Order: sequence, then structure tokens, then C-alpha cells
Amino acid sequence: MHAFHQVIHAFFNPHSYTLAMPDVWSGFQLNLRMMAIAEVLVLVLALGIAILRGLPGPAARPLRALAIAYADFFRGTPIIIVAFLVGFGLPGLQLGYISSRSVTTYGVIALTLVYTAYVTEVYRAGIESVHPSQRAAARSLGLSYMQAMRYVVVPQAVRRVIPPLLNDFIGLQKDTAIVSVIGVAEAAQSAGQFSNRNGDFPSYVVAAVFFILITIPLARFTDHLVMKRERLERAQAF
Amino acid sequence: MSTNGNGAFVQIRGVSKWFGDLQVLDKITLDVPEHNVVCLIGASGSGKSTLLRCLNLLEQVEEGEIVVDGQRLTHDKVDVNDLRRKIGIVFQAYNLFPHMTVLQNVMLAPRKALGISRDEAEERARPLLRRIGLEAKADAFPDRLSGGQQQRVAIVRALAMQPKLMLLDEITSALDPQLVTDVLQLVRELAESGMTMILATHEMGFAREVADKVCFLDAGCISEEGPPEQIFSNPREPRTRQFLSRVLEAEKLA
Repeated sequence: MHAFHQVIHAFFNPHSYTLAMPDVWSGFQLNLRMMAIAEVLVLVLALGIAILRGLPGPAARPLRALAIAYADFFRGTPIIIVAFLVGFGLPGLQLGYISSRSVTTYGVIALTLVYTAYVTEVYRAGIESVHPSQRAAARSLGLSYMQAMRYVVVPQAVRRVIPPLLNDFIGLQKDTAIVSVIGVAEAAQSAGQFSNRNGDFPSYVVAAVFFILITIPLARFTDHLVMKRERLERAQAF
Repeated sequence: MSTNGNGAFVQIRGVSKWFGDLQVLDKITLDVPEHNVVCLIGASGSGKSTLLRCLNLLEQVEEGEIVVDGQRLTHDKVDVNDLRRKIGIVFQAYNLFPHMTVLQNVMLAPRKALGISRDEAEERARPLLRRIGLEAKADAFPDRLSGGQQQRVAIVRALAMQPKLMLLDEITSALDPQLVTDVLQLVRELAESGMTMILATHEMGFAREVADKVCFLDAGCISEEGPPEQIFSNPREPRTRQFLSRVLEAEKLA
């Protein structure tokens, strides 16, 4: 019974919560900032790479190959290793501007590199799910390839992939904690430091609650979109 | 770009096309003078749709030559986008853009492909929608419209580009019989207004009524062509006779 009480105390000592809160919160603000920046970058870059990968014709073959190599590399490499490669590699290269950024910036770069690879595949699936006759109709009206993509194919594709896209963002939000390995003072890192100083674990629970609190609304919103889409499709089936 | 001042508006010369080993067009030769309506008839898979898609460069021609309005389509340097602006095509499945309203569907190509202003594009689009009695549906999305309404929107979407040639690819085949009439009426009006048109169709009565010339396609060849009275009343080729009697029988059963 003694050990049990010790564990309970180590995790749920109310006093420690009050103490841990400000530290973890200030770290978590960094997570929020990294999420926001990485998500915007991922949305834009992944769409660009998905379009490159779909370009037709032999002239675009090198671009397609590059896009495939990119996705293969960053989907195959654990994010913690990408974080090390970026966070310790880029400064080591001594390339002036790109070697003198903050660890937070390197963290955002690592997250962006990995999640762009995932989201590229999501976009690509969406683009391929738009029936070829839509593109044919757009092209037959005299729109160029890029105009057909921009006004006809991509808007329909994006609508369809919003739920899987948000799922990837839930992953990204949690993985902001992984970049603490290169020294970003985000919530998990702050919680760890607090735990070392105090010899108990409520700081981790606080960090977990923060992450859960921002994930739940996103998860419910994704569910809502999926259900709305299913209702729509059922309605169209009749 | 080569120009050709004399000759018919559309000239198709010895056009052949293969899908892999399968030859789908076999040395098709056909002239369509300006303001004429040509109907392509024949069984499914006879090459009607492929020929229309070749005329709009949605399919590559592998052999032969196509000239439209003095411009050679089968030329490496041809500006496909520029050419398609002059040639409207309407498909069996309408292919309206589902994420845009009816009005936006009609305005998109004039705005983006021709670069005219939003106001100008709307000035072009609204009368067209009025003409087909759908101005009230301008702000509705395509899924709120019947098949016949969608197909008429698809036709005026092509007309908004003010094309010199219209290609209609079995545009009534996906429609319920009671919805066909309105669509055909619109095509009839187009024919009367002097639009040059090539139609692939299964509506034999309609072909007989609007066509200046009817071509019977069989296995990628034009096996018989002539004025509609001759093709429908007195077909020379046994294959044409066979096809027409089958269609007539099917219509009786329906």
C-alpha cells in the first residue's frame, strides 16, 4: 500500500500542479507557435509537391522523381532522426543564415519536412479522386492545365481530403513535443525539467492535459466533417 | 501555323487512331462546311466519341490531318488552349463543375481563358441562362438541377466562349426520355441560328430532322454518308441497314 500511495502522491500532488502550471504553460506556447507555423507551411508546400508529382508528360519526369524521392525519404525516416539531422546538421554546415537559426526554427523545419511528405500523399489521393472528366471539361473550355487544376480539380480535391488532413495535423500537434530533443524549450521539455527539480510527475500530467485540450476540438471537428460528408453521400445515393 | 483559305470549315483527312493494338479510327475523311450540321450515327464503340474528342484535341490523332477554320490541329506547334476556345464540346455526362454555381460554371472559362472581366462575363452568361429558362437557377449548385437542366447549362457553358464549332457527344444518352425534348429543342435552335455542329447521337428522328449530312460509322470507318433522307430511307450499305433496323426495333420496344 505504501508504494501505491507514493505513486499517487508523485503524480497527483495538488501542490505540484499549481507550481508546474506556469512553467509548462510557457513551454506550451512554443508548441502552439510551432504547430501554427508548421501547419501553414505544410498546407502550402504539400499542395505544391502534390501538383508537381501529378504533372503530365516526359518533360516533367525529373520533377516527379524528385517529389517521389522526397516523400519516400521523409516518410521513411523517424521524425526524431529528422529533428537531429536538421537541428544539429544545419548549424554544423556553417552556411551563414540557415546555420544560425534558433532551435525552435529547426524544430519547425523538421516538422514541416516530415508532415509535408505525409500531406502530399493526402492531397495526391484527393486530386486523383476527382474524375478525369472534370479536367477534360475544363480543358475543353480552353483553360490551361494549371487553370484547370486551380479552379476545377484542386478545389474539389481539397474539400474531399479535409478530414484526413486534419488527422495528420493532430499527429503534427503532438509531434511538436518530439523536437524537444534538439533543445526546444517546449512543454514536454519544461515538464521534464520541472519533474527533475521537484522529484515528482504532475508537470507531465499538466503537459498531457494541454495537448489533449487542443486535440479534442480538432478531433470532434474532423468527426463532424466526416459525418456531414457521409450524410451528403447517402442523400445523393437516393 | 498553317492557314488554308479555301476548303470546308472542318476538314478531316485520313485520320486514324489506335488505343494500344485496337484501331478505333480508320482513315476517316470528312468535310463539314460552315453552318452545317453533321450527325454521326453508329453502334457504341464505332468511334463517334473518339472522333469528336480528336477534333477538340482531347485525344491525339496518330495519323492524318484535321483542319478547323484554316488552322491545322494536327500540327506540333498548335496552341491547344487557343484552339479549344473556338471549339465547344458537350459530353454525355454534362460534367458541370459541382463546386460552382450554375452562373459560375458559365462564367469560369470566359473569365479565365479569355480574360474578360467578371461583369462582362456575367453580361454574357445571364442572357444565355435566360435563353434556356434557367436564370432563376443561376445561384443554385448543379446537384439541385435535373439532368436535362444540367445538360442545357453545359451547352450554354460552351456557348459562353462564343465558339465557331460545337461538338455534341451523345448529349441526350444519359437523360430520362421526358427530359430529352428540352435539350434537343436547344440544339435545334442552335442549328437554326447557323452554328456549325458535329453531333454523335442515337436520336435517329432528331438526326433526320436537323442534319445536313449523316455519317454512319462502323468499326472506326465512315461506311456510309449522305443526306439524311437517303441514309434513313434508302441506305446503300447492308451494315447501315442492319444498324438502322436494330435501332428502330429497339425504339418500338421502348
